[in-house]
Amino acid sequence: MDLLIQHLPALQVVLPMLAAPIVMLMARAPRLAWAATTLTTWLTLGVSILLVQQVLLHGSISYHMGGWVPPVGIEYFVDPANIVVLLIISLMGAISMPFALRSVEQEVDKAKHGLFYAAFLLANCGLLGITITGDAFNIFVFFEISALASYALIAMGKDRRAVMSSYQYLVMGTVGTTFLLIGIGFMYIMTGTLNLIDLAQRLPEVNDTGTIRAAFAFLVVGISLKLALFPLHLWLPNAYTYAPSMITVFLSATATKVAIYVLLRIIFSVFGYEFSFSELNLGYVLMPLAMLGILIPSIVAIFQTNIKRMLAYSSVAQVGYMILGVSFASTLGLMASVVHLFNHAVTKAALFMALACIIYRVGGVSLDRMAGIAKQMPWTMAAFVLAGLSLIGIPLTVGFVTKWHLLLAALEGGLWPVAVFLLGTSLLATIYIWKVVEAAYLKEPAEGAQPVREAPMSLLLPTWALTVACLYFGIDTSLPVDLANRAAETLMGGYL
Amino acid sequence: MHELFSINWPGMDWLHPSLLLILGSLLIPVFRGAVQQVYRLTLAAAFMVAVFSTVPGVYASFQFLGMDMMMGRADQLSLVFAYVFAIMAMIGTIYALHVKDNVQHMAGFIYAGSAVGVTFAGDLLTLYVFWELMLLSSVWLIWRNRNPISFASGFRYLLVHAVSGVLLLAGIVLYYSQTGSLAFERIDVEGAAFWLILVGFMVNAAVPPLHAWLTDAYPEATVTGAVFLSAFTTKTAVYTLMRGFPETEVLIWMGAVMTIWGVTYAVLANNIRRLLAYHIVSQVGYMVAGIGLGTAMALNGSAAHAFAHILYKALLFMGAGAIIYMTGRAKLTQLGGLYRYMPLTFIFYMIAAFSISAFPLTSGFVSKTMILEAYAENQMAIIWLMLSLASAGTFLSVGLKLPWFAFMGKDSGLRTKEAPTNMLVAMGIAAFFCIYIGIRPEWLYQFLPFQPVEYNAYTMGHLLWELQLLLFVGLIFFLLLKYVGPKEKITIDTDWIYRKAAPRAVGFVHQHGTAAWHAFLAGLRWPLDRIVDAASRHHGPQGTLARTWPTGSMVLWVAVLLAASLLIYYL
Repeated sequence: MDLLIQHLPALQVVLPMLAAPIVMLMARAPRLAWAATTLTTWLTLGVSILLVQQVLLHGSISYHMGGWVPPVGIEYFVDPANIVVLLIISLMGAISMPFALRSVEQEVDKAKHGLFYAAFLLANCGLLGITITGDAFNIFVFFEISALASYALIAMGKDRRAVMSSYQYLVMGTVGTTFLLIGIGFMYIMTGTLNLIDLAQRLPEVNDTGTIRAAFAFLVVGISLKLALFPLHLWLPNAYTYAPSMITVFLSATATKVAIYVLLRIIFSVFGYEFSFSELNLGYVLMPLAMLGILIPSIVAIFQTNIKRMLAYSSVAQVGYMILGVSFASTLGLMASVVHLFNHAVTKAALFMALACIIYRVGGVSLDRMAGIAKQMPWTMAAFVLAGLSLIGIPLTVGFVTKWHLLLAALEGGLWPVAVFLLGTSLLATIYIWKVVEAAYLKEPAEGAQPVREAPMSLLLPTWALTVACLYFGIDTSLPVDLANRAAETLMGGYL
Repeated sequence: MHELFSINWPGMDWLHPSLLLILGSLLIPVFRGAVQQVYRLTLAAAFMVAVFSTVPGVYASFQFLGMDMMMGRADQLSLVFAYVFAIMAMIGTIYALHVKDNVQHMAGFIYAGSAVGVTFAGDLLTLYVFWELMLLSSVWLIWRNRNPISFASGFRYLLVHAVSGVLLLAGIVLYYSQTGSLAFERIDVEGAAFWLILVGFMVNAAVPPLHAWLTDAYPEATVTGAVFLSAFTTKTAVYTLMRGFPETEVLIWMGAVMTIWGVTYAVLANNIRRLLAYHIVSQVGYMVAGIGLGTAMALNGSAAHAFAHILYKALLFMGAGAIIYMTGRAKLTQLGGLYRYMPLTFIFYMIAAFSISAFPLTSGFVSKTMILEAYAENQMAIIWLMLSLASAGTFLSVGLKLPWFAFMGKDSGLRTKEAPTNMLVAMGIAAFFCIYIGIRPEWLYQFLPFQPVEYNAYTMGHLLWELQLLLFVGLIFFLLLKYVGPKEKITIDTDWIYRKAAPRAVGFVHQHGTAAWHAFLAGLRWPLDRIVDAASRHHGPQGTLARTWPTGSMVLWVAVLLAASLLIYYL
């Protein structure tokens, strides 16, 4: 047991990584591939939970890969800041797998199931790796692993446009990771180290150089592309719309969140609060982009007729909220951002799952095809409405917890107009969620539309599990708020 | 560090009535037919027991996001409102017993439960939650009338309250950041927080010019839904104003204007429920005026008037609802002569009409005179006169015009039957309260917030004044009625005043008021249309901002952003 506990950080990443090729070999037996993948994701979740326990009990863990002592060797570093993200990734992986069985059977060619699940595990492994590693170059490598796997997964969508949108994502993603690599390279030139903690200690000596400022710019822009910060979000709506439903659920809940975590790590832990916000005025870059990123995609979402695409735009807007919290440059604002990582992951995954249920029965989620669907699929639509309320930020849902802290953070910083703006934009979310409710509950089904049955249990249960989580953590807020508070304090304090 | 979530139920000696009712209502679809009827009655009865057995005190306080929450603050002020809400939930349930529509029943119960939740809320956040829940549940009582008009007006109702909810929340957040406390006591801050919360409350209290949602939506609600609607939304707002804004001078004038405004517009109404809806505005005006004055007598008067008003206004809506339910008609011009076929409904309606007109021995008399007395004590003659004038107008349209044209007057040829028994029972209970309170006002006075209540409604002065006022109004109505009769020739004499000048004056105000309102709407609409057009041009599926395919433009954006950030960092 001690040995297991000791190697938990490695297991977190190695488990899905080793399982991936094995699953790929099961191409002939899709169900077996699914079962093996599910088992792996649940084990990964177990590892995450154990890690949370260890960090909460004994403080941060530094794990030396292969016994090489950092800064020479690669270090895995688990602290209150990334434990939240690890938990989100493995939780979403574990909960989307039971859902995947029937949804993937319908949407993906049977011969490709082995590949699909292998790619899924690799994406999982990549995201976990980005989060857990304490080595800058390692972050780049894992970014590429997760991105390449995601390209493959998105391209497996039923729609023919999936390939094109995957290709587009590939181009953009590559630009992003290249920028990241350039930034890391610049830092390496100036300091001679890749270990994040080591970097944090050595950077202050060379802060004044143009190279480091350029490195900072490349890193921030590169990561902003990965996290779909407006106006670098253009890859996201297509990728989310045409990917297989289950991949949309997983990516929407994890991919952008991990990129945001990396951004936080870089600007707070590595470069430090002082340098990023006082010297480089990062707040002035992020705040306008975040606010535009909330406003414009929300309005675009209102005009969408494909609900999956509508929610994809809403995801861009939600990223705006998270970055807005960061741009306040205060512990409270940061805490709001971190808690929104969790809240949005749960909420958006529940919404996309509800849509996946409808896609499973109806075949599409355009507004016309959803007319009158609430009578035929009452449980699915009820979940959609509840999760939608959370997206709007109604009290007793997790969305409200975020909204409340963002408002307090805005007022604490004396930013009145921002607080007004926040309340105003939540009305935009009300409008686009309302459009769906109106179609589903108040319109009659189109004539000649085939009546459908409620979604099967294996799809409904995970959907409702997440919906209940939206409500539960909106009432008993202690777990997410506590974790986010610790994370925010850790990040504000730097690596010291 | 943030405290862990912990509920501090003091034993199990208090069950939150709202939670009981709201959670209980979720089981309604499980039952059918007679079993469901019994279940609904039991639930409403259990709710009453839970409310009436509440002992003053503080219950269910807990921590949420590190803030002190208190779901159960029971004192004299919150209890008097909770009592009447509970009675009303019971009456409404009986009135709607025959209806087969689960959505309406659930909406009605959640609505009533949330209203009581607001009155028991000891902090602003709990209040806000129940406030929004009231909105979300009540709108279904309008929509379930199931026609395009009710859908549209329900949507307008939702929109107005969604905006006011945002204002309220903004006010609450500001209040919290200024005072560091969420406790719902008198809102004692300067600046935006004060006004935002006040406006949030005033929208629900239907204070003109923020009242249009009420007279727009209530006439379009279902027959049974309107009864619930007439009781809860405006009166919870009266409660919150009373708790948060007593002695706010602006409310005195707002209230006085409300009373006149509602009465004036009621004269023009033809739809019977719209007429009654305008009188809600007018009656709530008395309460708002009492709150504005803020003396113990005035506040007691407002609370008493709210209590009495809920019962007689619901009775009026039940009577009007019975007419609509039995005849399918809602316009005064299409009704007439119904008293022969619906005698009980007529009697119950008249009891409520006398109550709202403040006849002695009815509930309206013992509550309304209290507010007037408070103004008389403070020698505020103008307000006192405005309130008295509105009182005369109330009798004219609710006590005389509506019953005359709907129940008496010319026979419209309608041969209808008496309303269903359950409706009659519900009306009977409400009528009983109207008279009981009128005869034994001390029963009502014992619940009032400021004890002891040293007020006697039945003094010679009050009696003489009210009777004189009412009889005079009655006299005028019947005198004029003679001229409206079919045989009468039109003589351009003194009647010119009421035949031509008065309608013209009213018509003038109405026409220009309406024209101004439409111009305002059109003025609002033009930029709105432009905004929506522009938005759809840029954000719509074909718009520039929604285009996602050109990869080149993305890369361009990356370059722009990199250049911009480099520029900022080097500066």
